[in-house]
Amino acid sequence: MRAQAYLYSLAFVLAAGLSVPAFAQDTIKIGELNSYKAQPAFLDPYKKGMDLALEEINSKGGVNGKKLELIIRDDGGNPGEAVRVAEELVTREGVVALSGTFLSNIGLAVANFAGQKKVFFLASEPLTDKITWAEGNKYTYRLRATTYMQTAMLMPAAIAAHAKRWALVYPNYEYGQSAVATFKEMIKKAQPDVEFVTEQATPLGKLDAGAVAQAIDDAKPDAIFNVLFGGDLAKFVREGNTRGVFKNRTVVSLLSGEPEYLDPLGAETPVGWTVTGYPWDKIKTPEHVAFLTAYQKKYSDYPRLGSIVGYTTIKSLAAGLAKTKALDADSMVEAFKGLYVQSPFGPFQYRASDHQATMGAYVGKLALEKGKGTMDDFKYVDGASVLPSDAEVAKLRPAGAN
Amino acid sequence: MTLSAFLFQAINGLSTASGLFFIAAGLSLIFGVTRIVNIAHGSLYMLGTYIAYSLAMKIGGAVGFWGGIVLTALIVGAIGALIEVVLLRRIYRAPELFQLLATFALVLVINDATLWLWGPEDLLGPRAPGLAGAVEIFGRRLPSYDLFLIVIAPAALIVLHFALAKTRFGRLMRAATQDREMVGALGVNQAVLFTSVFALGAMLAGLGGALQVAREPANLATDLAVIGDAFVVVVVGGMGSISGAYLAAIIIAEVKALCIAIGVVDLGFMSVNFSKFTLVAEFIVMAIVLIARPYGLLGKPQGNVRSVAEPENPIRPATPMLKMLGAVILVLLLALPLMAQTSPYLLVLGTDVLIAVIFATSLHFIMGPGGMHSFGHAAYFGLGAYGAALLMKLAGLPMLAALLAAPLVALIGALLFGWFAVRLSGVYLAMLTLAFAQIVWALVFQWEGFTGGSNGVIGVWPAAPFDKSGAYFLLALACAVAAILLLRRFLFAPFGYAMRAGRDSPLRAEAIGIDVKRIHWLGFAIAGCVCGIAGGLFAFAKGSISPEAISVTRSIDGLVMVLLGGIQTLVGPVVGASVYAVLQDTVMRQTEYWRALLGVIILVLVLAFPQGIAGALSSLTRKLGRKSGGAA
Repeated sequence: MRAQAYLYSLAFVLAAGLSVPAFAQDTIKIGELNSYKAQPAFLDPYKKGMDLALEEINSKGGVNGKKLELIIRDDGGNPGEAVRVAEELVTREGVVALSGTFLSNIGLAVANFAGQKKVFFLASEPLTDKITWAEGNKYTYRLRATTYMQTAMLMPAAIAAHAKRWALVYPNYEYGQSAVATFKEMIKKAQPDVEFVTEQATPLGKLDAGAVAQAIDDAKPDAIFNVLFGGDLAKFVREGNTRGVFKNRTVVSLLSGEPEYLDPLGAETPVGWTVTGYPWDKIKTPEHVAFLTAYQKKYSDYPRLGSIVGYTTIKSLAAGLAKTKALDADSMVEAFKGLYVQSPFGPFQYRASDHQATMGAYVGKLALEKGKGTMDDFKYVDGASVLPSDAEVAKLRPAGAN
Repeated sequence: MTLSAFLFQAINGLSTASGLFFIAAGLSLIFGVTRIVNIAHGSLYMLGTYIAYSLAMKIGGAVGFWGGIVLTALIVGAIGALIEVVLLRRIYRAPELFQLLATFALVLVINDATLWLWGPEDLLGPRAPGLAGAVEIFGRRLPSYDLFLIVIAPAALIVLHFALAKTRFGRLMRAATQDREMVGALGVNQAVLFTSVFALGAMLAGLGGALQVAREPANLATDLAVIGDAFVVVVVGGMGSISGAYLAAIIIAEVKALCIAIGVVDLGFMSVNFSKFTLVAEFIVMAIVLIARPYGLLGKPQGNVRSVAEPENPIRPATPMLKMLGAVILVLLLALPLMAQTSPYLLVLGTDVLIAVIFATSLHFIMGPGGMHSFGHAAYFGLGAYGAALLMKLAGLPMLAALLAAPLVALIGALLFGWFAVRLSGVYLAMLTLAFAQIVWALVFQWEGFTGGSNGVIGVWPAAPFDKSGAYFLLALACAVAAILLLRRFLFAPFGYAMRAGRDSPLRAEAIGIDVKRIHWLGFAIAGCVCGIAGGLFAFAKGSISPEAISVTRSIDGLVMVLLGGIQTLVGPVVGASVYAVLQDTVMRQTEYWRALLGVIILVLVLAFPQGIAGALSSLTRKLGRKSGGAA
């Protein structure tokens, strides 16, 4: 009897899940999929940012007289499931556009799906250059400054260090590998006699911090290029500080100034590292102050970089939809060509040539204030200033991707 | 690289080994006595770090830190006792391995509970009061906390060793590890013994996690990150051997430290970055150890567990009713593309369910009738998927030819790995299959030029007419039906009887002239081959394939499906895979905390159907048949 009752309730749950929802015609549906459970530190603020943008847009009457509706799905943290979720959003929910994804491989799989099924996709966070270059396609645009762009933003500081011996440490997957490859290429061009004294490729999320920090110290580098982030970064910094690895060495580091990864460091923050990031409490531009005020009012919490990305994703889609009026994928692709968007970081554009947004990032030095990490001596680097020219990227993209 | 640098890295390795030891020791004790493969052990470790963080921050100072660590161990121990009493005790009589399902559900629940309680951000605890600095050794600075860790693990080892050797509780534990039924028959209260062992194991995990609070941030991904390592250490050391666990922890930590110390080596014709081997070092060590010493370094052959579960019924050909039911379902599925005009997503989900069914059925073939619990079945899924994708992308094979080649690629892998695996049994076999799967995963992950590395192979879409979801669904259906019927045919052939004979009584089977190893090897290969079909279908269904398809998570998914359906019935994997795939798809849409919801639903199913869903249904029909006087 008991077993039967369970079976009935199970059947009910399944039936409820499979039933087709009614289509509401007075809204424009956007499907957002992301690894909310696998990467919560970034994506929790990201979701808040999206909700804030949605609220702002809909309180002003939506887009073209229709309210925007956001349908959010977890992609299960793997590409296979992400593609299924994308199909569900398109076929079952009838969304006009897809957005989201975090890890490179998931972003690439969904972008490829979008190209194959002719669905508009705005890759919000994945950083791999391949999404817009080697594997680029007509239906995929990308918001976030790429691995290439962020590495290029750090180059002036890296070259100014005049260091001959570099140590490289990076998570052993697409993001880390391509950051290091770009870094090596760029610095060799500027400084042909440069030497890479050690390269530590560590398993993502499983860094053996003591041994890696020691191996770097033993290699006696003049400077260190770091690509670690998240829990790996915190471990590495604590071990490095205790062992004196960073003493008298230039450190150039990707993403470490983002509150998601900087805040957990607290008093451990390695002062003086040159990083890309987001000093949320120190940016005084009117666009950012307006965003900050609205965000803090809604959540009584401060924004992380994820908040900016989520917020700008929705603002981008709204701008694109307002420009096209038509809701089919091809019109969206056309609308995004050269589309101008207002973001908390100021205005930027989606390039027609490689579908990459020119939204930049802040580059500065890590500093310690009242026991908390922050950025100092920073400036905004426009994405357009570090991207290759239209002619160059045309060679990088497959034929027929535009 | 100087000698002093190497020696110093060896010291680093010792402190890492301490962390590994605590979690592995607890796991080993729990497995030894209760035979539960506790996947939630990593979750207890993670809880340890979080609780110790909170105590250190709330109370503060030396009391908060050091007192907090002790208190954390006690709290996590109490949580362990609670889990054993409330959950696990109810399902000891289920078929072997079934408790794994419950602990898997706990992983999901504990992870979401931790997210809810502590939030998504990493939490880096304070440095240890009194041991915040570093000491100088060989002209290098070693954190003094590392020195403390290096000392504390052997100290704990000695305490545990004496507790096991000299106390009554320890003697009972060792006795139970060898023969728990006999211990029960001699009047020892098993319930209390099991609860205390589980609590002790949990306490060690909590202590291990708490000790890390000064070294690394509390992080939500820790649970799954450490559990794999912990199993490796336990198996390399030998199940149930605490000293073995310490020895294995040291070997593995040292191998990794060595890889890191060596760094990039220029071999003239190519340069090898040894630090990349840390990805897979422990699994290579495990494979070598298991091949050379089947019971681990210090382990002894496991005593036979006389199964406490109900004996398995002999398999019977399908009854007319089951055949009818199968035919009706088949007709319904064939009509699905017509019915799905209004909701095309049904076909997408349906295809995923069919792929899961092939995956689970092939795993069940060796797990159930074969008695070989493979923890690395994803390897053959991945080989099939990568085989098909690469043959199409690089060799330019047409889609259907590539799909046909998928099972062949998987077969080659299964023949190779199976040859080694069938020489072991029980949990050692399971772990060797896991090691092979991890090695395949690492190979795919590292061999960027060929496999696309972490990005995988993208752009493998089916050719017309299969680019329509309806046609692809029918293709998947044809494969699934063929796979299920083929595997059934094997089971009812003399081969199947020989395989089960080898499972139930290897000695007697050998005595009547069955070459058990060879039969099991072939069974393993057949299962791998059929699993390859699922992989090939998966690659074309998603248009891409990346290393996740070979990850431990997928192997665990397979185990969950088989156990959920019921390992002792032939329709079990079909039911289990369907329920799990649909459930996961549905649940993920319902709530932000979908993992906890999925975990709770699995727990309910576990408690309601200790023989699996299909197992419960078939014993229900048997009972009904008996009542109404019909022939069962």
